[in-house]
Amino acid sequence: MAMAAEIKGTNSVAAPLLQVKDLVVEFPTRAGTLRALDKISFDIAPGEILGVVGESGAGKSLTGAAIIGLLEPPGRVAGGEIWLEGQRIDNLDHEAMRHIRGRRIGAIFQDPLTSLNPLYSIGRQLTETIRAHLPMSEKDARARAISLLQDTGIPAAQERIDHYPHQFSGGMRQRVVIALALAAEPKLIVADEPTTALDVSIQAQIIALLKTVCREHGAAVMLITHDMGVIAETCDRVAVMYAGRIAEIGPVHAVINHPAHPYSAGLMAAIPDITIDRENLHQIDGAMPRLNAIPVGCAFNPRCDKSMERCGRERPDLMPAGPTRAACWLHAAGQAN
Amino acid sequence: MALVQANDLAMHFDVSAPWLNRVVERAPRLLLHAVDGVSFEIQKGKTLALVGESGCGKSTVARLLVGLYQPTRGSFRFDGTDAHATYNSSAGLQLRRRIQMIFQDPYASLNPRWIVEDIVGEPLTEHGLITDKTRLRTRVEELLLSVGLAAQDRIKYPHQFSGGQRQRISIARALATEPEFLVCDEPTSALDVSVQAQVLNIMKDLQRRLGLTYLFISHNLAVVRHVSDQVGVMYLGRLVELADKQDLFANPRHPYTRMLLDAIPKMHDTGRARTPVQGEVPNPLSPPSGCAFNPRCPHANDRCRTERPAMREVTGLRIACHAVEEGRI
Repeated sequence: MAMAAEIKGTNSVAAPLLQVKDLVVEFPTRAGTLRALDKISFDIAPGEILGVVGESGAGKSLTGAAIIGLLEPPGRVAGGEIWLEGQRIDNLDHEAMRHIRGRRIGAIFQDPLTSLNPLYSIGRQLTETIRAHLPMSEKDARARAISLLQDTGIPAAQERIDHYPHQFSGGMRQRVVIALALAAEPKLIVADEPTTALDVSIQAQIIALLKTVCREHGAAVMLITHDMGVIAETCDRVAVMYAGRIAEIGPVHAVINHPAHPYSAGLMAAIPDITIDRENLHQIDGAMPRLNAIPVGCAFNPRCDKSMERCGRERPDLMPAGPTRAACWLHAAGQAN
Repeated sequence: MALVQANDLAMHFDVSAPWLNRVVERAPRLLLHAVDGVSFEIQKGKTLALVGESGCGKSTVARLLVGLYQPTRGSFRFDGTDAHATYNSSAGLQLRRRIQMIFQDPYASLNPRWIVEDIVGEPLTEHGLITDKTRLRTRVEELLLSVGLAAQDRIKYPHQFSGGQRQRISIARALATEPEFLVCDEPTSALDVSVQAQVLNIMKDLQRRLGLTYLFISHNLAVVRHVSDQVGVMYLGRLVELADKQDLFANPRHPYTRMLLDAIPKMHDTGRARTPVQGEVPNPLSPPSGCAFNPRCPHANDRCRTERPAMREVTGLRIACHAVEEGRI
């Protein structure tokens, strides 16, 4: 009940498009079960762009994979619920999930070359996707494919549609992948590091494109990246992940300028800023714990310079901390009301 | 005199089709001009950063300097002597001791079957600097401590370390022979930001303590701003601008430098819309005539499309751009 109230609190107007409640993902191994995602909860409103940041191994990509139902075995959802537009989707079978993927949730991955089939022309891949989800004739689907390619800024789309992935540059390929993700007009797009494999000047183009195209097509985006600059520029809200948990979630400008969780604060300070000269960068000593050795209490407490006695004993849940919500006992006072 | 002097360095790769195809299909010879006339100097104890997008030739410059490639044209003088002549002579080993390299990927650059003591100690035995077993062990422990690792880490294998710790092992190995000049090819781009901060801080500390000279290659301008004294911007095998760090970031002149700076998402102005520069890096096998940047440049005119701009000294910095020279921008 408390959870429902909290979700309402962060999203006052529209009902959330996606709700993730206490999601747990586990990997059974010989040495015991590893908990890679530990009770994470968040929601995405229609048309919203939610950024997810964190270091490698924090569980960003796993969260995305769990939502689109593409967890690699032996990983499995071991608890919690995922709701899309009022329908529970985490317990659907393979076949039912296949109809949701593409139609209602689109996906964009890091490497555009591996997300496209090298043996088929991009036109064939696009029309196939469109016709798998929408009742359209071959001819209409092709027309739609061309207009999608035009939307994503591919010059001479009429001719390019019959080309193969290897005939496109990296940036152009990622545009094709975005067109593919939008093919069946999904309400949500999960974009996992969509610009990491690209050069900076191309990155800027793709981010701008992702933002405008998704707005035009009315799709919400879950943008997973380790690049805070990209988040700052693109997202409405951001979730900072650490060791399989959400450390802080809130409006982007608040998390960047006034982070409430010591980990988010450390992360922001560690990023070299192009506009400021500093002698030494702030560093968070140590490294993120391995999954088999996550500390008791707050997972960040051994590296935290504000650690208290309670932090090593009791695990903090997300609690209100000014405009954001942070999983940190420093804000325990605000939890009372 | 500058410790490192590169003069008109060029590296051309022959990427022609095999001989039979050339004869049968009358395919021409194809030369890839990976680096095409790059000149710079680095003073002792300073850092020059080379930035640019993939395929601009920055890694080829690194490989030229450490002697992994023989330049097609031009020369590299280290401490006053021609380095490539020395590399090929009997004194080559001695020079290699003074110039070391740190590679990008700490997962690929360490032998997974060796323990850290063997990895870090190898340059010492290879150069015959230390032959005694116990002295070697002490020296390896010293090196590990100097990069913030523990002496006991000596008996571990690379897989027992995280990415940042592995990069520290690479740095310890590079420092083993007490080099004067370190060539660092994207040393932090495979690392997470918090770990990147640790590694960059260590590199700066070592520079202050040991008076090291760095060539720092990166595509991340924010990192470059943090570590360098001078910055060279490369585009398609050529330097387009070479300036002091303060100058370059405060007042970028070349349109490409401006574009690169503008392309970086800024952390503190959230939601600001930028107009991303259009176009992509052209195919280096058939670069545009004139200035290589002209198809993407908002200031290009007929002269830019036909005549290649030379590097010119303008008020303390060097720049290759007709528009800047003519005062159009």
